[in-house]
Parts: sequence; C-alpha cells; structure tokens
Amino acid sequence: MIKIYINRFFHNRLAIFSSICILILIFIAIFSNIISPYEPNRQNLVQRLLPPTKQFIMGTDDLGRDVFSRIIYGSRVSLTVGAVAVGISMFIGIILGLVSGYYGGIIDSIIMRLVDIMLCFPTFFLILMVIAFLEPNIYNVMIVIGLTSWPGITRLIRGEVLSIRERDYIQLAKISGISDLRIMFVHILPNVIGPIVVNTTLGIGSAILAESALSFLGLGVQPPTPSWGNILTTGKDYIHIAWWLSVFPGIMIFFTVLCFNLLGEGLRDIFDPRTSG
Amino acid sequence: MLSYIIRRLIYMIPLVLGISIITFFVLHLTPGKPIELMTDMNMKITSDARQRLVQLYGLDKPWYIQYSRWLVRIIKFDFGNSFRDNRPVIKKIAERLPATLLLNFWSLLIIFCISIPIGVYTALKKDTLFDKSLTVLVFIGYSVPRFWLAILLMVLFGIKLGWLPISGLRSVNYDMLSLSGKIIDIIKHLILPVIISAFAGLAGLSRYVRNSMLDVLSTEYIKYARAKGLPKRIIVYRHALRNALLPVVTILGLSLPELIGGSFIFETIFAYPGMGRLGYEAIMSRDYPVIMAVGTITALLTLIGNLMADITYAYVDPRIRYK
Repeated sequence: MIKIYINRFFHNRLAIFSSICILILIFIAIFSNIISPYEPNRQNLVQRLLPPTKQFIMGTDDLGRDVFSRIIYGSRVSLTVGAVAVGISMFIGIILGLVSGYYGGIIDSIIMRLVDIMLCFPTFFLILMVIAFLEPNIYNVMIVIGLTSWPGITRLIRGEVLSIRERDYIQLAKISGISDLRIMFVHILPNVIGPIVVNTTLGIGSAILAESALSFLGLGVQPPTPSWGNILTTGKDYIHIAWWLSVFPGIMIFFTVLCFNLLGEGLRDIFDPRTSG
Repeated sequence: MLSYIIRRLIYMIPLVLGISIITFFVLHLTPGKPIELMTDMNMKITSDARQRLVQLYGLDKPWYIQYSRWLVRIIKFDFGNSFRDNRPVIKKIAERLPATLLLNFWSLLIIFCISIPIGVYTALKKDTLFDKSLTVLVFIGYSVPRFWLAILLMVLFGIKLGWLPISGLRSVNYDMLSLSGKIIDIIKHLILPVIISAFAGLAGLSRYVRNSMLDVLSTEYIKYARAKGLPKRIIVYRHALRNALLPVVTILGLSLPELIGGSFIFETIFAYPGMGRLGYEAIMSRDYPVIMAVGTITALLTLIGNLMADITYAYVDPRIRYK
C-alpha cells in the first residue's frame, strides 16, 4: 500500500512541486545563520528605511536592520509554530476521534458535544482571549493555537472510524480478544492515515496564518525576535514611505501557506483519488 | 416541525452550559494565584483594579460559588462594568453590535450572490480553463493573510488612488450631510471591510457549491431525468440545484463564527467601530470584564446562528425533521 502512495506521489506534479518548495523553506529555516547576509538584529540608525538596493535586497526597517535577514530568520518562527501547534492539535484530535468513534454511546456524545461547543467560538477569537490572560510569547502562541484547533480533526476522524468499526476484520479482532487499545491504534489508525496526513498539512498552513496574525497584532512573537507578522506591524506604520516593509513579509506568509495548502490538496489526490475534484 | 424546533432548543441547553464552562476555564487559566500574576505582568492593573476583579468574579470564593455566579451573570447578561470607563459592559457591546452585524450581513450577501453562480457554473464546466483558474483563485483565497490584503487594499484605494475612506464607519462631517449623503458615506466606508471580510468565504463556498453540485449531478435521479430527455436547463435548475444547495445552509451556520471572529483583525485595521475592535481594545488594555463578555456573546450569537441554520435546513429538507 505504501508503495502505491509513493508511486502516486511521484506522478503528482502538484505534490512534488509544493514539497520541493517546503523543503527549501525548511532548509532556509535551519541554515538561517549561514544564509542571511547580516545579523537580523543588527541596528544601523544611519541606514534607516532604505529601499531595496544591491546591498540590502529587501531594504532596511525603521531601526536600520536588514529586512532580508529578518525574513530569513522569521521562517524559523513560522515553521516551528506551524509544526508544534499542529502536532498538539493532531495528538488531541486523533485520540479523541478514535475513542469517540470506536466506543460510541455516551462517551461519543460527550466528546461530540465538546466539539460542538468549541466550534461555537471563532478559533482566532478564542486564541486571542486565552493569550490575553497569558504572557504573549512564542511558546504560548504554539500551545494556544494547538489547543484550540483540534475540534475539526476530532470530528473528521470520528466519522472515518465509525465506518471502519463496522468492518468484518474489526469485529473478528474483537471476538479474538484483542484489546481495545490495540484495535484502535494498530488496526484502525493506519486506515485513517490519509485524512490525518492531509489535515496535518492543511493545519500547518492555518497555524502559520494564525501566528502571523497574532504577531501582527502584537500578541504573538515579541520583538526583537523577527517574525513575518511583527515585521508587518512595522510595515503598517511606515506604509506611506516604505512599501518594502509590508510587501515582502506578506509575500512570504502567502507563499508558505500556499505551499502547504497545495501539498495538502496533492496528498488528498494521492490518498483518495475518488474525492478529488 | 414544532417538535423539531423544541428538540433543537433542548439540545442547546448543554451547549450554553458548555460555553459558560469554557469561558470560566479561560478566566482561570493563569496558573498559581491568578490575580497576582496578572498584575505582575501588567503594571496598569493597580491594587484597586485587583480588588475589583476579585469582587466582580468572586475570585476569593470556592470554585463552585464562582462558577454559579458566572452562570447567573451569563443568563442575566450582566457582565459588570468596564475597567476602563466604568460603564456597563453590556451597554458598550450593544453600541458596537449593530456595526458588526451590518458588516457581516453585507459580506454574507456578497458571498452568496457570487459564489453560488460561480460554483454551479464551474461544476457544469468541470475541467475547463475557467474551472481550473477558479481553483487556483480558491487556493489564493485560502492562503493569503487577510490582514495583509487589508493593508494593501487600504494603501491602493485609500492612499494612492484616494477613492475610499480607510477608517471608521462615518466621515468627520457626517452630521452635516443630507440623508442620501449619509447613506453614500456609510457605503463608502463599508466597501473595503466588506470585500476583505467576504474574500476567504467566497473562495471556500464556491468550491463547496461546485463539489456539492458535482455530487448531485452524478446521482441516479439526474441520470434518469437525462434519459427521459428533459432539457438541460430544467435538469440543472429545477432538479439538481435545489438539492445541491441544501448543505450550503449548514455551511452558512458553520461559517458564522469565522465571520464574526475574523472581523476581529480587520475591524482593528480599518478602525471599524464593531465588536471585534471592542474586543481587541479590551485585550490590549486587559479590560477583563469586556473580554469575557465579548467572548461569551460571540459564542452565544454563533449558537443562535447555527440554530437558525438548522431550522432552515429542516424547513427546506423535510427528511431532517423525522430523524
């Protein structure tokens, strides 16, 4: 089965293209200190707000820092937040979804009501509300985004599990006395790997968007640590005179999120060719 | 129908309780001694404000008393007074709510008027150039940070071209304008926020309508209608479209919280006098009673929106009622 997926992957141009872009982004994030031409926090007040030139290819900001270097370092923040936040929400979502779908009955009702309740709050609003009570920093941002974005995954996985549960081999496994835990994680989980992989990819995209929005509002990653969102905050203040401060970080967020969304779509085709439109 | 509505209303009770528990939980998030940590972090909160927090939420009482007080507050819509200007929180929200509803009404209307025809058209013209370019547009819509788009549009139309005002809902000279002048003034202020608000929903819904339409077009009864020789127009508009649009009602309900919550960020950018900006200002100045009230009321509004969507669904699709 895995061979089929790999084979399909290499025949899917969308998936290949977007994963190459993502690999490049990861590479940039890991080797930020080598790639970036300047220290991201090196200030030079003589060289404030310079437009893009050969020396500073994306210009400088209000403190004379090189925007290109800051954007390169910003990729670390975005990718880390994306990965950790989605890791948390997937962990919760998978476990609750499996338990809810497998056991059914009262446990299922309780978990599903919890999902309904969580879905009443706009995700971004809930994140802001919680952040307002905590100290805004990168760790809290990751945790809060993770803890607020599991309901959709839970609902999805539960639906998949519900249909798998009725299959003969699961009934057989039950009769032969295999423990519930083992059935859930060894016999059911591999069958829902498709939606899990697809939604992990899409989830990273939206987590990156949420982080950039939070940092933009000043409630996420705090300066001087560069993040694409907080570069945009400065950009907004100087938008009349320094367009490069707003345009480049925005393009980076857009491009990164687009890559993850395209990869998600490509993976959907790979795992489930029937539903692709 | 009536029994369905009653069942749905009863079903809402645990959800309202759940909302109160989650907001209560948020209120107690700060570890250790909640009040002291808040003040350490934020020098703006004086010992006086601390006293008011303890008193308002009864934070010195046992948790079950605290919770029952909080629940009573929600039921009575009494969220105390704002820390900033000491006015009742509920009054502040009542002032801002109409502006947010106005914004969301127009953006919903635009989303529906544009994305349904586009979705139907792309389903009928599946795999053509138009369909594919629209798919690309959908992905752009999903991926672009809306606050960034808001800033770019603000600069383009507000500053460079000077066509549209970039902040607020009314001009400075609003009171001196004639009635038609007032209406035009408000419309001008609404254009940019509504476009930004509608943007993401537009992409999502047109894609959804397209897929739903494709599903319906491949069902047996549509094949039968084709075999019978009905004209395409009748098949599409009389037989397929109705069923394809049914799930859209649910999507409307589900998209409500994102619409209200999304307005949080661009209401702030456009200085639009709505709930979102009120919540943002409250968070920035740690005006806890307002934060809690905005959060709770948004969730309750969503609940009511979902209820209305479900009832509409049951009305247009009788199968739902008897489940």
